[in-house]
Order: sequence, then C-alpha cells, then structure tokens
Amino acid sequence: MKHDIYSTEGLYKIVEKTDISETISKHVLFAPLIAAKAKAGHFVILRSREGGERIPVTLVDWSPENGTVTVIIQSIGKSTTEMNAFKQGDSFSDVAGPLGTPVEIKKWGTVLGVGGGVGIAELYPIAKAYKQAGNKIVSILGARNKGLLILEREMAELGEIIVTTDDGSAGKKGLVTDAMNDLYAAGKGPDAIFTIGPIIMMKFVAQASLPHRTPTFASLNPVMLDGTGMCGGCRVEIGGKPKFACVDGPMFDAHQTNFDLLLKRTAAYRGQEKDSLERYAKGHQCRIGLH
Amino acid sequence: MENKPKKPTPSIKQNLGRHQDPLARRSNFDEVALGFGPEEALTEAARCLGCKTKPCELACPVNVKIPEFIDLLYKEDTGAAASKIFETSLFPAICGRVCPQETYCEAACVLKDKFGPVSIGRLERFTADYARNNGLITPPPCAPDTDKKVACVGSGPTSLAVAAELRKLGHAVTVFEALHEFGGVLSYGIPTFRLPREVVRFEVDMLRRMGVRFLKNVLVGKSLTIEELKKDFDIIYIGSGAGLPSPMNAPGEDLVGVYSSNEFLTRINLMGAYKFPENDTPYYIGEKVVVVGGGNTAMDSARCAQRLGPKSVTLLYRRTRAEMPARGEEVENAMEEGINFEFLTAPVELEGDEQGRLKRVKCVRMALGEPDASGRRKPLPQPGSEFYIEADSLVVAIGQSPNPVIQQTTPGLSANKWGGIIVDEATAKTSLDGIYAGGDVVRGGATVLLAMKDGKAAARAIHEKLSAGTK
Repeated sequence: MKHDIYSTEGLYKIVEKTDISETISKHVLFAPLIAAKAKAGHFVILRSREGGERIPVTLVDWSPENGTVTVIIQSIGKSTTEMNAFKQGDSFSDVAGPLGTPVEIKKWGTVLGVGGGVGIAELYPIAKAYKQAGNKIVSILGARNKGLLILEREMAELGEIIVTTDDGSAGKKGLVTDAMNDLYAAGKGPDAIFTIGPIIMMKFVAQASLPHRTPTFASLNPVMLDGTGMCGGCRVEIGGKPKFACVDGPMFDAHQTNFDLLLKRTAAYRGQEKDSLERYAKGHQCRIGLH
Repeated sequence: MENKPKKPTPSIKQNLGRHQDPLARRSNFDEVALGFGPEEALTEAARCLGCKTKPCELACPVNVKIPEFIDLLYKEDTGAAASKIFETSLFPAICGRVCPQETYCEAACVLKDKFGPVSIGRLERFTADYARNNGLITPPPCAPDTDKKVACVGSGPTSLAVAAELRKLGHAVTVFEALHEFGGVLSYGIPTFRLPREVVRFEVDMLRRMGVRFLKNVLVGKSLTIEELKKDFDIIYIGSGAGLPSPMNAPGEDLVGVYSSNEFLTRINLMGAYKFPENDTPYYIGEKVVVVGGGNTAMDSARCAQRLGPKSVTLLYRRTRAEMPARGEEVENAMEEGINFEFLTAPVELEGDEQGRLKRVKCVRMALGEPDASGRRKPLPQPGSEFYIEADSLVVAIGQSPNPVIQQTTPGLSANKWGGIIVDEATAKTSLDGIYAGGDVVRGGATVLLAMKDGKAAARAIHEKLSAGTK
C-alpha cells in the first residue's frame, strides 16, 4: 500500500508491541514518512507525551509498505520506563526522523558486528544491509546474562554468531573482546568492525582491533537534546576535532574517538536521572527493581 | 462607535508600561512586561499626532499601518485596529513583544526628542492581546485555491510570514518543522517571560485555520532532502534559521556544565526543564553560573539562569555596556534582576575537576583599542590581568551561524563562507530554480522582524513566479 508521507493521520501509533525481556520492548510505530526514507544507521527521537524528554533510538527495522518503523527500547530511566509501559494502540506524542547520517554500505569482505546489550538491536539493520551488499557477516553478541540477550535468532540468520555473557548463562563466559581476540588468534580477523553497545565496551573493542589495523566504527550515544545539529550538547571528539553525533554521526571511526571524554559527558545528568526515576517508581509499580 | 474628533495630547509623558516587580520575577517564568490596560492604551493612543508623512510606518520592517491603527484604538474600536495591523502583518502579538521598536518606528516618531515617542510597540501588543482575548480576531480571507504547492522549511518567523502571505493568495502551503513544537526561535529560543507560548500557538493556529498544513518532526536535509521535496512541491522556501552555535574555542569547553546558549535555552524553553521533575528534561547549573556574551541571547540565558535560583549569575562581556548588541531594555531588565555584569572581561580557559565538571573560569581583563572592521573599538587583552571566577556552569552566548544541514545536503545550493545561503536580495531566490530562502539562514543571527520582512518579500516574488505559470 502506498502511504501519503505528508499525512498526519494516525501518526506515531503503536501498531504492535512485544516485550522481549523484562526491561526490553519492541515497538512497531506508524510513521510513513520515516519508513519511506529510513536507511541503516538512521535514528529517530521519541517523545512519549507533552512535557516528555526527547529520547534518541536507532531504527531496528522499517517497512515502507506498512508505513511502520521498529524500535527497541530498554527501560533505563523514567522516560524509557514510561515508554515501555505503553500498550499496543497507544501513541507516542512525537517520533522525529529519520535523523543522523546513515552508514556507508559497501563491500568489505567479512564484516564483524560487535553488539552489547540493547546495542544488538541497533547492530541488526547494519549487519542486514552489509549482508545484502554481499558481505560475510560474523557477530559477537554480548550481554550481562541470558535474559538480556536479544535478537540472537535474527542475527544468526545473517551469519555466524558468537555469544558471550558476563555470568556464562548463555554462550561463553567473558567479554566480547575475548571473543574478538580469539578470532584474531585463529587468523579469522575481519575486514571491518561495527560496534554498538556500552561506551566502555566500544572503547575496548577499538583497542582490540587497533593493533590489527582493522577499520572499526562505533555508534556513539552522547547526551542528545534536539538531534538536529542545533545545540551541540552531543558533541564528541573525533580525531581531536569536535563533531555533532546527531548530524555527523552517530557512527564514527572508533580509532579516532575520544571515549574517555564521552564517558565523562554522558554522566552529566546521572543525579537528576536517578532522582526522576525514583519519583516515577514511587508512583508506579516498579518493573525494573530499583534498590 | 462614536466618531470623536481627535485632539492629540503629545505632551503627556510616554508610558513605558508596567513590569513585574524585579524581586518577584527573578524567580518565575511569567511575563515581565505587563503591557497596557484599555485606559492606558487610550491615553497613549491620544498622544499620536497622526503625521501625514507616517515616519513610523516607513521605518517599520513590515510596514504596519501605525497612525491608522492608533487612530482606531483612540476611537475605541480595537477590533478594527487589529484588522488594520493584519493588513500588513499577521503577527502583532509577537512583534509587539519582541521587535526592537526603539530602533525602528519609535526612533522615527516625531515626539521622540521632546516628550518621548508614542509607545507604538506596547500599543501594538495591547491591540493584539485585547483582540485575541475577546474573540475579535478572524483569520483573513484566502483567495480561491490555485493548486500551486509551496513547502516552507522551518516554522520560525520567516516561514510563518511566507505561509501567511501565500495562503492568503490561494496557494497550498505546508510548513515543515524539525522539532516537536512550532515557532522556531520563538519556541526554543526566546524565553516565556518575554514571549508567552500561548501567543505563538495562537498565531500558528490561525494559520492552520486559514488552511496552512503544519508537519512537525521532519528535519529537512536529513529526514527528507530538498531534492525529494522538489518532486512534491512547486516552490520551496528555506527558513531554517541560524541554529549553529559558535564555540569559544577555549580549552575546557567540553567540560560538563558548559552549554551553548542554544542548548541551555532549548532545555529551559522548548523542553520546559525549569519545571523538572514535573517535565522530564533536566538541567544542571549548580550554584554559580557564568554567561559569556553581550547580545540578546546572552541576556536571555542569564535571565533564565537567574530564575532557576542559583547563588549567582555573572555575565562576562569583552567590551563595555555602550558596545553591547543587546537591547537596552533587556540589559536593564537583567541588571534589575540581579545579574552581575563584568565588562571588559573575557574567558580564556575553563578548568574542571577529575570528573570533568567545570570548576572555575580563567579570565582576562580587556581594554578598548582602535575601531575594528565592525566599527567598534577592538578589545585587547591586558597582560598580567588574569584572574579566576568560580563556576559550576557556563553558557556560551557569543553568536550563532546558519544551520548547515540543508546547505550540506543540497547539491548546487550556493552558500557563503559563513554558511549563509546566497540569495538575490530583491526576490530571495537561491542559486536553484524554484528554491527561495530568507531569515537567519541567509543573514546569520539577526532579528525576528527582519526574518518576517524577508518572508514578505519572498512571498511577493514567489507569487509572481507562480502566477506567471512557469514552474
């Protein structure tokens, strides 16, 4: 069906919602313009309601035919917890996008995807696009435990997967970088690496691939406000120069990225975020086990 | 309505309007200027001489029919006064508040030197507010549909002016906004205590009632390119504003607590962070705030910060008060509200703690030298004058340049070295056929009124092109 991408009818409605784990939900949203223009690596900014925060999330999937886009949200703070409490048929007040610069899709040979936690959801469309471009896909999927491991089956359809968990409840016990080092040691080093996950994980992925000079790209997730290149709040340092993750990224050369600065800047609002979540949890039955 | 003959009373002193008490307003985001009541408006309107030469009207960037609307106000027909303003400007409630009238109409008023000018801006605001609050505003009629489609990129003042003019002429207009709220700088930039949001929403709604279509959450240049839009629209008007913050390029600018004025004002105004945690977007200012800059944006940033209740807000400006680009009224308001001004002072380095949070600002004192290219005396750092100011947060408000997203993603669209889109001054035409631009994306950071003026000029040129039938 051909949708009018300029229509506001039924915009941002949750067409389908699936809980993937206790804290992670998949939302399929009606947004025909975004669905028609989306490419791998694009993100959207969600707002649950008036007064709500602008939350950036990478697109996991999209269907121009259905006029829908798919996002996966992990309940971390108040806003994401509130979003995951939405039911099918509810509507977000805003879904802006597609935003950012899509990844350049080309033939590398073997592409290694290294995803951590909910970052695996963001890795999926990129791996899929590279697969379609004729690359061989190998993925290392890391999670704290089996319950937080997502999209294992979908990623396995694209190529070999190696699972690591912190507690050994699925796959190998250990870190994604252990699995990377094993690959290099076995002479199976990839031609390019794409990594999405916690900053500290991406930092170590970049360190592990540096001696092998494998081109490595990381999807950065700084504190973001407008997402349109207007505020500079999401500035990151790439090769010693400031870049705006929202319009220049979010994918950057990981070997050029100042991860330590990113770690410091993402901690800016931790106090307020915790405070806000605690207030919210007091008023609602808490789903995420605050201590 | 009685037709009373007017006997002007110019020698009554100019009424500058009432203001919220500085001590009260420094802790709320309610409007500072309270405007006129009907009686004050009547008395002020009576001062106007109704000059035949209309110096005020000629000085107005959008040529509001000033003597005529003031005459109607004097005759106590506020609805007719509002309609009179509407003939040339659809946004009097906005212009009456944010236009620097002292440099336009009020500077041209013949009463200026002897008794003070007629308070034209306050009368315009009164007219618009009274008409709005009493249901006297009806959207102007629109010509029959022409089946020509125009896309306006951005929903700030320049696009709103284009949309209003072209819709009146019967063209189908769609306005694209990247954020979730319409109004551009009127929503994300100007604080509510200078421009309440219901005023902006009312004006947008009026355009909607005229049949203008508004689409939010679309960042043209990213979500949709100009080339893609060109397939669906006959004309595109780019009014994407000056959204790119200028950094100081001082060491330490990446410390937590250092904001661009765009980020700080967007958090506070667009996201309503001043109501955190009722609203979800947080802010961090700590106890000591420093603002750098001397323009209206710097005043807005300092005054917003003051309202969040820190121990101190200090504004650093490298020249003196006389050279400040901010409106005199805003500087006075800021001083009344308790903001400390450090003139002839510039930050040279920002220092933080181990967590990467700002702790203090190394400053240097300046002295004014010979005039530079801008005609203002150039500030020169004084050797050995370095000193420190403690700071938990710092807002950089030293200017904005045109938002570069569209220029970067539109092949063939010419821009100057500052990133401004190059246009033909008379017609607002860009280097690409059917694509026009105006406001801050052309001028760099200028004013709401000049943006509206550009929009009106562009609308005339666009209408001519559409009427000629050449696509």
